[in-house]
Amino acid sequence: MQELINRAKELLADGTVVRVLGWKKGDLPYNPEPHIFTSAQELEKDFIYNGFCGANLSKYMIAATKLEGKTLVFLKPCDTFSFNQLIKEHQVNRDNAYIIGVGCKGKLDHRKFAAMGLGDIAEISGIELSDACDRIHVKTIYGEEKDIDYRDVMLERCFFCKTKEHQIFDEKLLDSKDTVAEGADRFEEVRKIEAMTPAERYAFFRSELSKCIRCNACRNVCPACNCRHCVFDNTKYDTAQKANADTFEENMFHIIRAFHVAGRCTDCGECSRVCPQNIPLHLFNRKFILDADDLYGEFQAGSDTTTPGPLTAYTLHDVEPAAGLERSRG
Amino acid sequence: MQRIGVFVCHCGTNIAATVDVSKVAEAAKHEPGVVYAVDYTYMCSENGQNLIAQAIKDYGLTAIVVCSCSPRMHEATFRAVAEKAGINPFMVEIANIREQCSWVHKDMEEGTPKAITLMKTAVAKVNLDSPLQEGESTVTKRALVIGGGIAGIQTALDIADAGYKVDIVEKLPSIGGRMSQLDKTFPTLDCSSCILTPRMTEVNQNPNIRIFTYSEVTDVSGFVGNFTVQITKHSRSVRAEDCTGCGICTSKCPSRKTPNEFNRGLDTRPAIYIPFAQAIPNVPVIDKEHCIHFKTGKCGICSKVCPSHAVDYELKDEIIEEKYGAIVVATGFDMIDLHKFGELGYGVSKDVVSSIELERLMNAAGPTSGHLERMSDHKQPKEMVFIQCVGSRCAPDDRRGKTYCSKICCMYTAKQAILIKDHYPDTNIHVFYIDVRTPGKNFDEFYRRAVEQYGVDYIKGNVGKVTPLPNGKLHVHGVDLLDQKDVEIDADMVVLAGAIEPNPDIRKLATMLTLSIDNNNFLNEAHAKLRPVEAATAGVFMSGVVQGPKDIPETVAQAGAAAIKVVGLLAKDKLKTNPCIAEPDELYCNGCSVCANVCPYGAITYVDKEIRDHGLRETRRIASVNSALCKGCGACSVACPSGAMNLKGFTNRQIMAEVDTVCQ
Repeated sequence: MQELINRAKELLADGTVVRVLGWKKGDLPYNPEPHIFTSAQELEKDFIYNGFCGANLSKYMIAATKLEGKTLVFLKPCDTFSFNQLIKEHQVNRDNAYIIGVGCKGKLDHRKFAAMGLGDIAEISGIELSDACDRIHVKTIYGEEKDIDYRDVMLERCFFCKTKEHQIFDEKLLDSKDTVAEGADRFEEVRKIEAMTPAERYAFFRSELSKCIRCNACRNVCPACNCRHCVFDNTKYDTAQKANADTFEENMFHIIRAFHVAGRCTDCGECSRVCPQNIPLHLFNRKFILDADDLYGEFQAGSDTTTPGPLTAYTLHDVEPAAGLERSRG
Repeated sequence: MQRIGVFVCHCGTNIAATVDVSKVAEAAKHEPGVVYAVDYTYMCSENGQNLIAQAIKDYGLTAIVVCSCSPRMHEATFRAVAEKAGINPFMVEIANIREQCSWVHKDMEEGTPKAITLMKTAVAKVNLDSPLQEGESTVTKRALVIGGGIAGIQTALDIADAGYKVDIVEKLPSIGGRMSQLDKTFPTLDCSSCILTPRMTEVNQNPNIRIFTYSEVTDVSGFVGNFTVQITKHSRSVRAEDCTGCGICTSKCPSRKTPNEFNRGLDTRPAIYIPFAQAIPNVPVIDKEHCIHFKTGKCGICSKVCPSHAVDYELKDEIIEEKYGAIVVATGFDMIDLHKFGELGYGVSKDVVSSIELERLMNAAGPTSGHLERMSDHKQPKEMVFIQCVGSRCAPDDRRGKTYCSKICCMYTAKQAILIKDHYPDTNIHVFYIDVRTPGKNFDEFYRRAVEQYGVDYIKGNVGKVTPLPNGKLHVHGVDLLDQKDVEIDADMVVLAGAIEPNPDIRKLATMLTLSIDNNNFLNEAHAKLRPVEAATAGVFMSGVVQGPKDIPETVAQAGAAAIKVVGLLAKDKLKTNPCIAEPDELYCNGCSVCANVCPYGAITYVDKEIRDHGLRETRRIASVNSALCKGCGACSVACPSGAMNLKGFTNRQIMAEVDTVCQ
């Protein structure tokens, strides 16, 4: 972590960048937050990079790269897909960004600590990238101490890590560690849902989505949700009140959101990570990714900055609409 | 608030029999904004139109809804009425209560409530309508004809005769098309070349016509009246301006094993060749794939023997760009690949030929100089079997063939049978058929001549298998459905009347021209009955088999029809443009480019523009729509995740209002 701080200080000092977008210590050991640092002192005091720094900083670069001067940003390998996608959609100004690709050994899921009765963390060690990856030592505010396996509290998404290679960067710091589970299939859950009968599937999603409190955390964190005004807030569109017509319409928010990010979602998994109600929102996106892969050939949003997405490009080999229909009939 | 009038049409009993029209009018009176509602027998009649105009004046209407037939029928009529009566013609909405309601329902219990919903939907939409103004665009006074067969030739001649410039683009080295390969034509039996080549010469000599052979259309942009077309002229490796057409190069070429496409591969041709004697232009082309010089860098004989030094291996493809006001697609057809029909012996025995191969075998300029002979042993066949509908009229699940009737096969088979019987009276001819279809002037008389005068043996039934025998004969095993018995014939030659299909290049072209094609790759007309030569894309027309199977006189008639449509367009100095085009909301656009990616017309570009948004002043990258290029298809408004793109006359709010009404 100190390497990151040192390098950020150097780049600030020599004028390469005028600000640093990174993670700041939270009020608790497990809730660091995205922050813009402007001085060496601030970096030394508050900068942090550990297993709880799951936040994808790419989206903050939309605003940051509009500012005067370059912004240094730390991006994990998976975050760089989002950054590329934002370049493709003309949302970030690459010239105003200095990207340090940071290594990653998988990020942690506080919910899993809580499930073990270790949610109220007072002290924790073993979660920095430099630590040998395997064991975490936790001490709770109640004085309970425990050694746990890193992988037992890792975010689900990290078991299906796309790659530990950064897709875009100016320089790289710290090495990554492999986290992919043996035989991991990121579409396994989707296939299970596909195998359900329509009635079961409807019940499943109704049950999951009924938990939604419309806090909009998923929308706010999603790098693909970068509209200036969301259609759900757009009074000129008349969708806002539509979505409030009944509880099902309310749930439609997530389905419409999934449609809007289809072909653009990099599967960064931030939606599910931030959902306070623990709704597996990433399943919608993965379903669309699987469908698009099947119908248009494999495509990973954000693997470069130019290839048009499957749903916004027309080629002679595109499937006929009937193919989708046949597919939905199984 | 709008002051809306609702006019419900009975359409005689077309609507009134299954929709209680007075109830629809009564219900309309309770809709927001509606100040007048009435039903009438025929709204499109002069009386009906006057009724609308009078109501607009009497009630101070600002918008009207006409509940009647499809807007494709009378939208223009009612817009004109509105305009005359002093309101903007785009303040008119049509509720289609005929095609989408009365015609599809059996009784009033179903019809009336649906008609009321459709009326309410239109009222909801018209409430949010705003006046729109049509724009104007210019017309480039030149037409492009794609395809140089008889369809393209005739279209070009007719357009040129009216005094307009025309370019023909032909993919092959010569114009002439399929007709140049035929021997005689039914039912008059005149020689195909003898009637075609004078037309080819006319095209060549007409000062208004330019011919680009060995060329392809590689890009199309623009819109009706203003198309910009990129034409790639493939290099012939022979300079046309120097070549005298003497043909020495073709006779000296040492590479002679390439199947001759013009003779359907029944003989071979040199690598430098002129496809046929009357080719236009009479300039050879080097087939680079088979030329020894292009393959190995050696040889070069043609270049050495050419007396006018016209052979130039360094010639490159040339790309030209030209502007056109109208485009005619006349890309024609070919026979389907018959190798799929192995059970009928095609590709197994040389003596099983397609009917177009038979044309070449009977033609004086063909591989056998017009002597009918078997390709295996060059003997004259005595026993011949013709099999009809090979790949035509197949079941929908039959992947080998087509569901449609190829239309021309019955007649050309009768023609081929008559010609063979005429030349070789001792030949026995059997024709296996499903039906004999002879609608057309003098067609049935012609077929009956084959049966009655020439004694051709027509057998109603299918052939299951053609087996080559060791003695060189072909064992034909079929069935006679009338006599309910198996038929077995040992034939010397079998002729398959294969289905015809549109030139597969049409798919690429259809994409470039945004044309719609059916499951069989035939072009769809703007209206199957009333606009049969116009494509759904304005300014694009069709001629010949690309629209559907047809014979030569039908093709020529359609070519003339396409030409008059083109002339009608080119005669105009200005065209009215559709005001229902896309419009970005600059405050909502976030510049993501999704709309530009999906726009099929290239109408959307992005500009950096200073935006003032609630006290914020900043330069943003936002979408900008070219009103001349936008066709109003709405793809952008669907793709825009922010809902920033709106189609004028069909705004997102209007669509949502309609949906809300339907869902009430």
